[in-house]
Amino acid sequence: MPTMNMLQAINNALDIAMAEDEKVICFGEDVGVFGGVFRATSHLQEKYGKARCFNTPLVEQGIIGFANGLAAQGSVPVAEIQFADYIFPAFDQIVNETAKFRYRSGDLFNVGGLTIRTPYGGGIAGGLYHSQSPEAYFTHTPGLKVVVPRNPYQAKGLLLASIRDPDPVLFLEPKRLYRASVGDVPQEDYQLPIGEAEVIKEGTDITLVGWGAQMEVIGKAVELAEEQGIACEVIDLRSLLPWDADTVVESVLKTGRLIVSHEAPLTGGFAGEIAATVQERCFLYLESPIARVTGLDTPFPLVLEKEYMPDHLKIFEAIRESVNF
Amino acid sequence: MTTYAHQPLFMTGDEFSMATFSLLDPEGELYEGAKEPDLPRDHARRLYQAMLATRILDERMMAAQRQGRLSFYMQSTGEEAAVVGATAALDDTDMIMAQYREQGALMYRGFSIDEFMNQLFGNELDYGKGRQMPIHYGSRKLHYMTISSPLATQIPQATGYAYGQKLAGHGHCTLTFFGEGAASEGDFHAALNMASVHQVPVIFFCRNNGYAISTPSSEQFAADGIAPRAFGYHMHVIRVDGNDALAVYEATRQARQIAVEHNKPVLIEAMSYRLAAHSSSDDPSGYRAKSEEEAWRLKDPILRMQKWLLKKGWWSEEEETSQQETLRREVLDTMKRAEKRSPPPFDSLITDVYADITPELQRQFDQLKRHIRRYPEAYPRGARSLDLEVNTTTDSEGDA
Repeated sequence: MPTMNMLQAINNALDIAMAEDEKVICFGEDVGVFGGVFRATSHLQEKYGKARCFNTPLVEQGIIGFANGLAAQGSVPVAEIQFADYIFPAFDQIVNETAKFRYRSGDLFNVGGLTIRTPYGGGIAGGLYHSQSPEAYFTHTPGLKVVVPRNPYQAKGLLLASIRDPDPVLFLEPKRLYRASVGDVPQEDYQLPIGEAEVIKEGTDITLVGWGAQMEVIGKAVELAEEQGIACEVIDLRSLLPWDADTVVESVLKTGRLIVSHEAPLTGGFAGEIAATVQERCFLYLESPIARVTGLDTPFPLVLEKEYMPDHLKIFEAIRESVNF
Repeated sequence: MTTYAHQPLFMTGDEFSMATFSLLDPEGELYEGAKEPDLPRDHARRLYQAMLATRILDERMMAAQRQGRLSFYMQSTGEEAAVVGATAALDDTDMIMAQYREQGALMYRGFSIDEFMNQLFGNELDYGKGRQMPIHYGSRKLHYMTISSPLATQIPQATGYAYGQKLAGHGHCTLTFFGEGAASEGDFHAALNMASVHQVPVIFFCRNNGYAISTPSSEQFAADGIAPRAFGYHMHVIRVDGNDALAVYEATRQARQIAVEHNKPVLIEAMSYRLAAHSSSDDPSGYRAKSEEEAWRLKDPILRMQKWLLKKGWWSEEEETSQQETLRREVLDTMKRAEKRSPPPFDSLITDVYADITPELQRQFDQLKRHIRRYPEAYPRGARSLDLEVNTTTDSEGDA
């Protein structure tokens, strides 16, 4: 089985989707000849021509508006927004258009073919505008699906599923892992399910939930906890919308403890949604308060990034507090 | 007034042709028929020295980035005349709202090398408190709005700022810089339309440098550049040779008159070329030919201005050499100082989110401090701010 980094896995998924279906069209800023600023679309223009893989003018609202129209026509657009921090000019198109196309037309029209790919997250000394995790703005939008892969294998399978999904998907790529995360990825076509979490490690004492780049951080914290004899169950949510409450609830019914971690600020973050649902469904089984280990309620910093980040030590401390409650 | 035609007539804009205003040829000679602007010796020297200083700062800092001393850098190489020429035509107290490649404007207004370095290294003296990536400068005293990475957001803000200046009635205007790529954003169109509708003293200065990262202007727009868009907003417009500091100066000087004396916005499109990479994270060899770069190198705006000054006897080879040496030394010395300075205070992590720190944020910060007291080695910057012992010398990890 070949080894790929996350960018190669994404590129490979796009290649497979474009080869299989000539309706699949990739575009965005610098996506053409250059292959994107992170090179996720390398060689796609060469292979499939300028009509199916191209640079757009520098206008995010235009990119997504164009993508909505293209999807409504029956094509399968895969639009790239260069950084998730720059998705906001397209917010109107995504929230008011993409998400509501099917509903408002009584299913006469839909943009289900649309996938929006965008790199998110910190840890790259990117400061305010190259580090944000904007998932919670979008998880508050019925009609969208929100998917976040944690490694190259997941990225390929989830991206192929997103492109073929009958609903529009916002596919958030953890850019800190683009080259750092390397693993075995089958060369052939495969899909991973949207809307299903994955239990990546079983344990009996406490449940840890995260997604994307945060899974690596949770993994490090779990190593520290296991050294102290704490058996952790680790769940990668993979899809935030819809999210797999059943898998999380089932785990918490077993462990009685839950920690959710994300880089985005605490207040209004998606961890709050998970905590609310779990306390509703597991109230009498909880052994300690559900804890959230997240970024601070500030814009994303630069020099003090390390202090800001919900790192493995902060998660480890939260685990200890939870089990010693 | 509506006029009617009784045969269908489609227009494309090709009916108009847009000449490029230029005064100096690449040899620093005035073109025939060109009128030398009223630019006194000292003013001309200040303009040139700022261009030269910008070039040297850019060269040194890019080298520093390559050595790993700096996380990120952006050069303005090739566009110094456009930026400094425009700034020199303003009143020093006019507002500038730039994109991110306009360090020349600050250089002209007297931002010190120390001030540049403090921002680049995000130390305790950085006005932005170490919160933004390198090159996101700002200066209240020099009337230079702090840079924001998202493109084109400053353009409608400039319209609003200038509207306030008009109401204040002190005869000031705002000049906003942006690239030809950023002009594709919706914000650009909103800004121009509102400025025209509300008769605002704002100058929209487009640096058309040929590329938005890898995307050539031929894939950015189908029209003849940015300038013709002004017609759609009934706005004054001029296209200027962006590598000709004199022409940029004169075009902007007159634009300022239109803006301030008649409360009318003006669009200026300066034709230039981004000689360097987009940023230290970019490599142009993947999308453009070396020969194209070489052709533009021959049109170097600094050489052109220098030749003109030398011919006028307003500058000398000796001054050139000594200024370059002095600047290089100053950049290196100040860099060493800036690198050694402490990071911004720890509470800068939570200040300025709001005018006052919210109770919830204070709670989060107190929790963070308790955590750092438990693991001081893992957070050397935070730990030092809390006067905790840290047995490590590396605190610069994580730089991209």
